[in-house]
Amino acid sequence: MSSNSEIVQTEPNTFAGITESVSRVAERKTTPLWLLLIGATGSLVMVLLGSLGFLVYEGIGIWGLNVPVAWGWAIVNFVFWVGIGHAGTLISAILFLFRQQWRTAINRFAEAMTIFAVMCALIFPGVHVGRIWAVYWIFPIPNQMSLWPNFRSPLLWDVFAVSIYFTCSALFWYTGLIPDLATLRDRAVSKVKKIIFGVLSLGWRGGNRQWKHYELAYLILAGVSTPLVLSVHSVVSTDFAVSIVPGWHSTIFPPYFVAGAIFSGFAMVLTLGIIVRKVFALEHIITVMHLEKMNKIMLLTGMMVGYAYAMEFFIAWYSGNIYESFTFVNRAFGPYAWAYWTMVSCNVIVPQLFWFKKLRTSIVVMFIASILINVGMWFERFVIVMSLARDYLPASWDYYSPTIWDILTFVGSFGLFLFLFLIFCRFLPIVAMSEVKGGLPEADPHYDPNGGGH
Amino acid sequence: MDKNPKVVGMLARYESAGALLKAAEKLRDSKYSKFDCHSPFPIHGMDDAMGLKRSPVGYFAGLGGTIGLSVGLGLQWWTSTVGYPLVISGKPLNSYQAFIPVAFGLTILFAALGAFAAMLIFNKMPQFWHIVFHSDQFAKFSDDGFFVSVEATDPKFDEATTRVLLESIGGTDLEVLQES
Repeated sequence: MSSNSEIVQTEPNTFAGITESVSRVAERKTTPLWLLLIGATGSLVMVLLGSLGFLVYEGIGIWGLNVPVAWGWAIVNFVFWVGIGHAGTLISAILFLFRQQWRTAINRFAEAMTIFAVMCALIFPGVHVGRIWAVYWIFPIPNQMSLWPNFRSPLLWDVFAVSIYFTCSALFWYTGLIPDLATLRDRAVSKVKKIIFGVLSLGWRGGNRQWKHYELAYLILAGVSTPLVLSVHSVVSTDFAVSIVPGWHSTIFPPYFVAGAIFSGFAMVLTLGIIVRKVFALEHIITVMHLEKMNKIMLLTGMMVGYAYAMEFFIAWYSGNIYESFTFVNRAFGPYAWAYWTMVSCNVIVPQLFWFKKLRTSIVVMFIASILINVGMWFERFVIVMSLARDYLPASWDYYSPTIWDILTFVGSFGLFLFLFLIFCRFLPIVAMSEVKGGLPEADPHYDPNGGGH
Repeated sequence: MDKNPKVVGMLARYESAGALLKAAEKLRDSKYSKFDCHSPFPIHGMDDAMGLKRSPVGYFAGLGGTIGLSVGLGLQWWTSTVGYPLVISGKPLNSYQAFIPVAFGLTILFAALGAFAAMLIFNKMPQFWHIVFHSDQFAKFSDDGFFVSVEATDPKFDEATTRVLLESIGGTDLEVLQES
């Protein structure tokens, strides 16, 4: 395989070298920078808990919701966070099935990112119900009222899709971690660490009698996660597409949402990856080649998203439906035109930079672009949801604005995401060591160190 | 404690993935059955070299998926038509088309759980005791070490001949594992 040798780029990696450079990140002393960051993000988690606490106490009236916009930032943030999660599963499952060996450098932290993003996402629909003490009504639990949920509702499909997505991602992530947890167990110096990693690695001993079952289970998890990741955002899109609201009631939504999710997710992987490789000195494992490949995926998915924007406009005109065409003209030139053009600039124009090799291999350019793309993708969901502001009845038209509580909850969810990610970086192997080793040329049993082919 | 601690197995180190594969073939051809090849990553072709059959984990994933699909369809059909029949937007009670997303999700969930659970069961995990953990050098397996372990319960096991065999196929740092 030619892709095997591409992993080793800057310095000759060895098995022991990979173990050392990844494990030392989890084993070294806590740095003052980490403490500072964990303090800052921990404070934001407090902000989140505080705003959620006040929400439960006072009710969802503290948000900027009102008729006609009864769905505001909560749904925007929900779709935003679920979307971010999708890149992790795409990298870990779909690229695994396509035997894209380069994924091994980034899959571990991308999967962690998925789990944390889905956790952030699950907060919003959970608290949006208003009476949070009755939230268990969404699950099919036998109860004294003899009531069952309505399985014809996309909102219920969402409950299942996203919670199953979370469970499967966590299983996949943990399965992948087992051999690496064993590495940390075997390197552990202190008794406490030995016991913790010993228990977590479940007694892994890397025998082929274990690898045999392990590899097949991993393949199956990848195989079932692949249709799952494509279905989750499709189901999320049906929250909109099944309702009869102009601008929402459209069959383009499922593929359009999936492409957007992968687009935004890769942008987040890139943002985090650039920081991680720099801070933890992993530039020889997460190389510019990896970043460039992600940029190419972003260029592709960005254009798919751009195509969807154009096609929505075309169909609005071509359908001859006056409500549909009004909605789209209103998006581009109405009261939320500023949000629409932010979205177009960030999601359609910015990724065009990646046509040029010089720009897509420049760390500075891609870092800024990845942040802009996530801004743009948040605005995409905002633009979609704001179709509500001008509904069928002009008398009820209104301009939606968030309140301070909307903003604090969203900022707080970023705090939670980064808080969890920092804890992950501090204590767990952030690169899948056993998979990277398996991709090295000398991992091939027919490898000849003298360079002879076979 | 016994004066002569019981011998429970033998461990030998090999220098590369290729050497481990060749050692596995030799042990298979010498009719050993209770040996294992430990490596930091799965080695391509090792199943054949050790003479192992394909893992049955897939059947359990399939079984899980089937159960998930049945549970998904059954639950939605029963709650919508028997448990709580309620006409919603004029649709039939058993509007199975709308039940696909949840049934699909549960199929995936149960298949994934089935694969994961079968993997743990067939690997006998968690298992915190094993003869190889008696060795100090064995910890290297998760870094860059390639090891062959032979259990004393193997009918072909004999301290002298097994040692000769393991060494003749390139094994170094030979260690007799004893129960402590």
